[in-house]
Amino acid sequence: MAEFDIAALLLALVAGAIRVGTPFLFVSLGECLTEKAGRVNLGLEGILVCGAMTGYATSLLTGSAWLGVLGAGMSGLALGALHGLVCSLPRVNDIAFGIALMLFGLGLAFFLGKPFIQPQAPMLPGLALGNWSDSPQLRNALQINGLFLIGIALAAAMHWGLASTRWGLALRLVGDHAETARALGYPLTLIRVMATAAGGFLAAVGGAYLSLYYPGSWNEGLSSGQGLMAVALVIFARWQPMRCLVAALIFGAAGALGPALQSLGVSSGYYLFNAAPYVLTLAIMIVTCRPNRTLTGAPGELSLTR
Amino acid sequence: MQPGFNRLLSKALPALPTLCALGGALLMFVLFLLVQGQPALEACKLIFVGAFGSAFAWENTLQRAAPLMLTALCVALPARAGLIVIGGEGALALGGLAAAVTPLMLPAAMPGMPMLVLMAAAGMLAGGVWIMFAGWLRQTRGINETIGSLLLAYIALAIFRHLVEGPLRDPASLNKPSTPALSDQYLIGTMPGIDVHWGLFWGVLACVAAHVLVRHSVFGFSMSVVGGNVRAARLVGLPVSRIVFVACLLGGAAAGLAGMLEIAAVHGSANTALLAGYGYSGILVAFAARHNPLAIVVCALFIGGIESSGSLLQRRLDLPDATTLVLQGLLFINLLAWEAFSGRLSAWRLRLDTLRTGVAHG
Repeated sequence: MAEFDIAALLLALVAGAIRVGTPFLFVSLGECLTEKAGRVNLGLEGILVCGAMTGYATSLLTGSAWLGVLGAGMSGLALGALHGLVCSLPRVNDIAFGIALMLFGLGLAFFLGKPFIQPQAPMLPGLALGNWSDSPQLRNALQINGLFLIGIALAAAMHWGLASTRWGLALRLVGDHAETARALGYPLTLIRVMATAAGGFLAAVGGAYLSLYYPGSWNEGLSSGQGLMAVALVIFARWQPMRCLVAALIFGAAGALGPALQSLGVSSGYYLFNAAPYVLTLAIMIVTCRPNRTLTGAPGELSLTR
Repeated sequence: MQPGFNRLLSKALPALPTLCALGGALLMFVLFLLVQGQPALEACKLIFVGAFGSAFAWENTLQRAAPLMLTALCVALPARAGLIVIGGEGALALGGLAAAVTPLMLPAAMPGMPMLVLMAAAGMLAGGVWIMFAGWLRQTRGINETIGSLLLAYIALAIFRHLVEGPLRDPASLNKPSTPALSDQYLIGTMPGIDVHWGLFWGVLACVAAHVLVRHSVFGFSMSVVGGNVRAARLVGLPVSRIVFVACLLGGAAAGLAGMLEIAAVHGSANTALLAGYGYSGILVAFAARHNPLAIVVCALFIGGIESSGSLLQRRLDLPDATTLVLQGLLFINLLAWEAFSGRLSAWRLRLDTLRTGVAHG
């Protein structure tokens, strides 16, 4: 009996890793892109929630969930561009502005999203990859959303793009050594604003996944800090997109621990198990970070690690 | 007359970015409401009325401003030493919880005053240690304190919810899980002549004490040196880590005290009503005050006023309760964006000063 429970728990964790990890994947890819250009955007949390609201509202109004994803991305693009532009002004601290953007994004989403809490919008469809199996749990676990596959493709594309394209090189140069980039004539501000805006787009798509697939509704308690944990996740992934994928899956599994245990009948300590991703984040940072030494792979212009 | 005017201008100039930010935020807020066809000017008027329009509104505002002053200190004091700590909500929750369980651990017959002192001490210790942990993680492990403190806040909130709904729950609290209610003698009453609890007094006192510490003490000066330039601080032999720890400890203690005061003056026991977001609004208050403890008193009144006007907006204009959150967000964005302007401003100020002294000599 106990053995069966462990198998069920593991299956629930694997399913959760994919299901809960997908928004982590998008937000961390967005943050990775932003940080590669030398900026930190803590406002991704606000962008994520704003994206969840916009995605849900667009899906409801147009009747198409995929248009909802696009709409969410556009809202993220706008907020990301705002962060990029304002932080290009002199004397503006990107971490502080991220906090402000977080507050603003939450306010905007809660204000504009009030009418959308009740109605039911069209959801993103799941791909049933487990139909060959007889086990309902396994079928359920292999019910995978298209966005997850897009996310994997995106991580691979970013990995290749950063390493071996002219654009990727320019982006990394801007993030690693602004002086050199300026001397070579790259448009520093433009590249940073574009990277931050694109990062906002991805974070908002992650938000749309939350409201349009899992948990699949819009309400004010939708996000549980995924946007902030993404910053820690990117540090853990050492600024490499493919490692972001692995990290997102680990965090997804940690996030699924509470619900998985609850579905197996373990109800005591529900809140403590739900805090597992935060504890994991902190533990990982304690293990990987060192004072007086920049991490390998950290962009040189990053205010976060200096 | 000319030099006098110039001197006045040069003194008033530093306030200019804040005023611009205030104007900019209000303008954007009005536009935001107008675009949606809402009565924007009416809304602005109601915010003012709801915040400062009547004795009742003032009492409400002061009531909210009290914890904001303390949670803002949780941001401002570490900021003096160069840290951006945003986990005040966690320190407030743990401080409140520690204060609420203190009477359970001690003999029931204890008189009110010593018990309140012990409760405050427990709250301050819990909050202080929690924020100091974030500072410790940064100094010894190199973990960015902004992210670290926020993660710690999430963990603190989980611990709070777990204990309040589990091991520490009063079986009598059916609908709303709470710790056992404090007996009446351990509650904090209102101040004489005004229907506002004593938390306001302690909040203002803490801000004044922080001002004295920051501006008129050796420790405050060394804190500013660490915050201004860590290398210089190390070079002159300041114990950088210890200074950072103490700054975080004091800031966290302020937030913990806010939790204790809310428990003892408003809620009467620890429950989730304590988690009203004071820790997060305190960040805005501290940044608006530019981490100046005396300015925090004013800014806390201002932000507390905006927050307390939310219900009036909801009742009269049927606006969502997030309206005040939008205004706060716009305010925060504007405050930081207009900071860019202050570089040019100091150049102007310098020119004004040379002009003034030039006139005086001539």
